[in-house]
Amino acid sequence: MKKKTPERLLLAHGSGGRLTHELVTGTFLPFLENPILSSLSDAAILPELPPGRPALTTDGFVVDPPVFAGGDLGYLSVCGTVNDLAVAGARPLWLTWALILEEGADGDLISTCAEGTARAAAEAGIQIVAGDTKVVPRGKGDRIYAVTAGLGVVPPGREISDTRIENGDVVIASGPLGDHGATIMATRHGLDTGELKSDCAPVSGLIESVFEAGIDIHSMHDPTRGGVLTVCNEVADRSGKRIVLTETSIPVRPQVRAVCEILGLEILGLACEGRVLSWVPGDQAERALEAFQKHPAGRDAAIFARVEGSIDGEVPVVMETEVGSTRPLDMLSGTDLPRIC
Amino acid sequence: MCLAIPMVLKERSEMEGVVELDGIRRTISLMLLPDAEVGEHVLIHAGYAIGSVNAEEAAQTLELLREYADNMVDL
Amino acid sequence: MSEAPELRDPKAIAGLIREIEAVSEEIGRRVTLMEVCGTHTHAVAAAGLRQMLPPGVRLISGPGCPVCVTPVDYLDRALALADLDATTVCTFGDLMRVPSSLSSLEQAHASGKPIEIVYSPRDALLLARENPDRRIVFLGVGFETTAPTIAAAVAEAEADGVDNFLILPGNKVMPPPMRALVEDQELKVDGFLLPGHVSVLTGWECFRFLADDYGVPGTVVGFAPADVMRGVADLLRQVRADKAEITNLYSRVVSSLGNQVAARLVDQYFEPVATSWRGFGEIPDSGLGLRSQYAHRDASRIEVELPPPHEPVGCACGDVLRGVIDPPECSLFGTACQPATPVGACMVSSEGTCAAWYRHERLTGATK
Repeated sequence: MKKKTPERLLLAHGSGGRLTHELVTGTFLPFLENPILSSLSDAAILPELPPGRPALTTDGFVVDPPVFAGGDLGYLSVCGTVNDLAVAGARPLWLTWALILEEGADGDLISTCAEGTARAAAEAGIQIVAGDTKVVPRGKGDRIYAVTAGLGVVPPGREISDTRIENGDVVIASGPLGDHGATIMATRHGLDTGELKSDCAPVSGLIESVFEAGIDIHSMHDPTRGGVLTVCNEVADRSGKRIVLTETSIPVRPQVRAVCEILGLEILGLACEGRVLSWVPGDQAERALEAFQKHPAGRDAAIFARVEGSIDGEVPVVMETEVGSTRPLDMLSGTDLPRIC
Repeated sequence: MCLAIPMVLKERSEMEGVVELDGIRRTISLMLLPDAEVGEHVLIHAGYAIGSVNAEEAAQTLELLREYADNMVDL
Repeated sequence: MSEAPELRDPKAIAGLIREIEAVSEEIGRRVTLMEVCGTHTHAVAAAGLRQMLPPGVRLISGPGCPVCVTPVDYLDRALALADLDATTVCTFGDLMRVPSSLSSLEQAHASGKPIEIVYSPRDALLLARENPDRRIVFLGVGFETTAPTIAAAVAEAEADGVDNFLILPGNKVMPPPMRALVEDQELKVDGFLLPGHVSVLTGWECFRFLADDYGVPGTVVGFAPADVMRGVADLLRQVRADKAEITNLYSRVVSSLGNQVAARLVDQYFEPVATSWRGFGEIPDSGLGLRSQYAHRDASRIEVELPPPHEPVGCACGDVLRGVIDPPECSLFGTACQPATPVGACMVSSEGTCAAWYRHERLTGATK
């Protein structure tokens, strides 16, 4: 299919007429082509679902800058949606992709995002089956926003839930934490990130390989906005059980530490877009860690926390520090901002 | 009130420099530390170099701390 | 970690604590030590250091958080400036969530006001260069560590004729409130952990008066766990020996006279003025104002409409900042006033005594 991308987005590209058709066929379909999407019908008619319980998720993507080291808004939009399904225990199958574009947005940016979307879809083994494009007047958007829905299936016999978490469970991080958040914040504030890039990636393949190894995962979450701090506090609240982190076991790259030290950010509050935190039974800890580490996306997986006791009357999430003390870990109160103090 | 962090000065021009820590770099101003030398560790605050790290003093401090640590092990 | 692992070595820390415990026992009474730097407050809390000290050592926080001591009317003025035509207000992230009389910078930003967060005053200067049709006002807060960076940005603006770059002066200096603290009859401080990075700029001589005039020891320390613990040990040894000296334990970056280039730059553009501190009221020569020859860069001279200043009822930030009470002793702490819903400035900044206490110290037994 011939690729043809406008130099700048016009309002007319969203009005449903010839320009919209050209945009879809010239910019999106060349990357995203598949039989369901290419039929361009009003609704995607899907094949029958595999056995199990259907899982449905939705997500919005507004990342700034829309292109960053290690990804772009398009790539991120697929990974984020796929990962939401995967950490719920579902096998992701089909995604929808709706765009809100800003009048005047650079056509190459849109094309880059479309390519990123296609790349992520191929990596995750899913199809984009429905899409939509709107263009808002200049100033009413921020170049490109994406909204997705993702459909998957939880195979029979699989149950992923915070209510399954038990005392003695350990928490495994699938890789070094905070790469995405650190990359974004560094880029926004004039730091040259060198080799550091976003960890944005689909984790569905990794998770399936751990299930295949026979590990009984109790619960999983992807630490996106608010990072590990938010996930752990929410999980402690929902499961009713305390989580104890071990500072020296938390996997973090030196570059991420450096970004946090320079800007004054909390490492554990940074977003990841290609990591999963998994709660597994204590007696499967070593086997589970091995299973993660065997997969290329889980090479640097590490056990960094344990579940211990009830939250009643206690601080729900604490960390055993490097220097030998124990301190509470709260969620961030707002967005973590660069500080001088 | 003073988040400042030691970074290595990798390059400099008259009034600006590039500092690095663990692969992360930033262009900063040398207006407050005009005599900074490439290769030195400098303290960076709000995009400016505010002082330099005295390697000898740093080494002495670390040695003192190693002594504290060693004394604990001997117990 | 950018700094050497020895600075965080649990064995070294254990050794220092052993010494602290021994000296504390010899002293035989409770000793109160105060740090006066928001970054120290954060460092102590993040490493859980307070709970490692013996009961005879009480470590409290003074007015060292630039956000917390910034009075409400400064924020009111900043917000009023953001309302003016073709004016963008640039700020360090620290100020965004501080409550003003009616609102906050964060809320104003959410409602579309032109407010930008910057990491460096130079980033604000760059914004001014790139937007010659807009007036860019930088909120100049912070202590002696930050004032030179702001002076340098003004110097650059002057040299390059960037006429649309202005400052709303709000920098404060440390020695005057510390003098007020040692003169305070209600408060009895046995020793000060002195601000490490302020001292890089000022040199430690400016704190000599604590020892010479008031007989209170002080020690300049860095921000790693071992730095702080060494400082506590040093102060306790001085108290035990009934000595009062200013010692420098951050000698890897601090000298006696500090950064003279920075001092000259600050002096060129700023002069000492009386300024208001939350909890202290007005203290003479405790702040920095732009010299009159730079009036064209002084945003405080711009006429704006200000709301009547409003300090929240029941807020005990003043007493917390003066070290008279610990956060849990404020009636609003943990209930009406929490990090998610801060009433006073001490809860807003993560270096604010109350926020640090709430986030890091809420373990049973951590309060002394």
